[in-house]
Amino acid sequence: MKALAVAFLAGLVFAVGLGLSGMTDPQRILGFLDVAGRWDPTLAFVMLGAIAVHVGPARWALRAARPVLADTFALPSRTAVDARLVAGSVLFGVGWGTVGYCPGPAIVDLVAPSPTLLAFVLAMIAGVVVYHHGKLRLARMPTPQPSIRT
Amino acid sequence: MDVAAPSGALSIPVWNALAGGALIGLSASLLLVLDGRVAGISSILGGIARPHRGDVAWRATFLAGLLAGAGILAWLIPAAVVPRPSTVPLLAVVSAGLLVGFGTQLGGGCTSGHGVCGLSRFSKRSFVAVVTFMTAAAVTTFVVRHVLPAVR
Repeated sequence: MKALAVAFLAGLVFAVGLGLSGMTDPQRILGFLDVAGRWDPTLAFVMLGAIAVHVGPARWALRAARPVLADTFALPSRTAVDARLVAGSVLFGVGWGTVGYCPGPAIVDLVAPSPTLLAFVLAMIAGVVVYHHGKLRLARMPTPQPSIRT
Repeated sequence: MDVAAPSGALSIPVWNALAGGALIGLSASLLLVLDGRVAGISSILGGIARPHRGDVAWRATFLAGLLAGAGILAWLIPAAVVPRPSTVPLLAVVSAGLLVGFGTQLGGGCTSGHGVCGLSRFSKRSFVAVVTFMTAAAVTTFVVRHVLPAVR
């Protein structure tokens, strides 16, 4: 129960952080990505702030025996840089660079939806479902589920 | 305080950007240190699309928290969550959504999972992913904003 309360609080704080830093506006994302236009460095400062706070706890988690409220850490176990990682990141980047939405801000913006956002989120969910349940050969490859590190 | 680029292009005060980022880092830290979970939004979605026993409730609860936080934003910073219609054609919006959904699952993460969590762990995979999706996104934005309007 405590662990679920933490998950709820974490989601809540995450959303407030995205909104406070302006990341819920896709035009700001596109302003960062558009290096040939009037470049907007906001996203870089957001990443800097997030990593500055998280790097200590993240390094701790790599060494610690177990988290405070659970038995094990569920951290990604893959270490190899493979074609899936690169191909998936290219596809994600092309989608992200088209409208400026990545998954987190798109979900937060659902409280004030535009037709564009609704179409994007429905398609994004469809993309996730097609990956996991589609009849594509690609989708039958091992899933990137974080495995339990013991 | 407006530590903007010479052109003044920083769209939000730098302290808001840093503080908002710090909240995102705090969120990821709470989830990792207390629950042992990674705050990667696309992986959280993926684990609901392909559910495993005992591994769904925390994901759904995190997403509920995300929407609750969005509600708080609407009250505290109304300008942060307003409808934002786009001039991008519907077909391109749908294609972009499909690519983001599928690509993040294939690549094992997005801006939060690889960008914030992975880079904080000094993960080589996440470093490669971030450089790759930033480059692909910048090239795409360049084409959408500067090439397509010129050839139309």
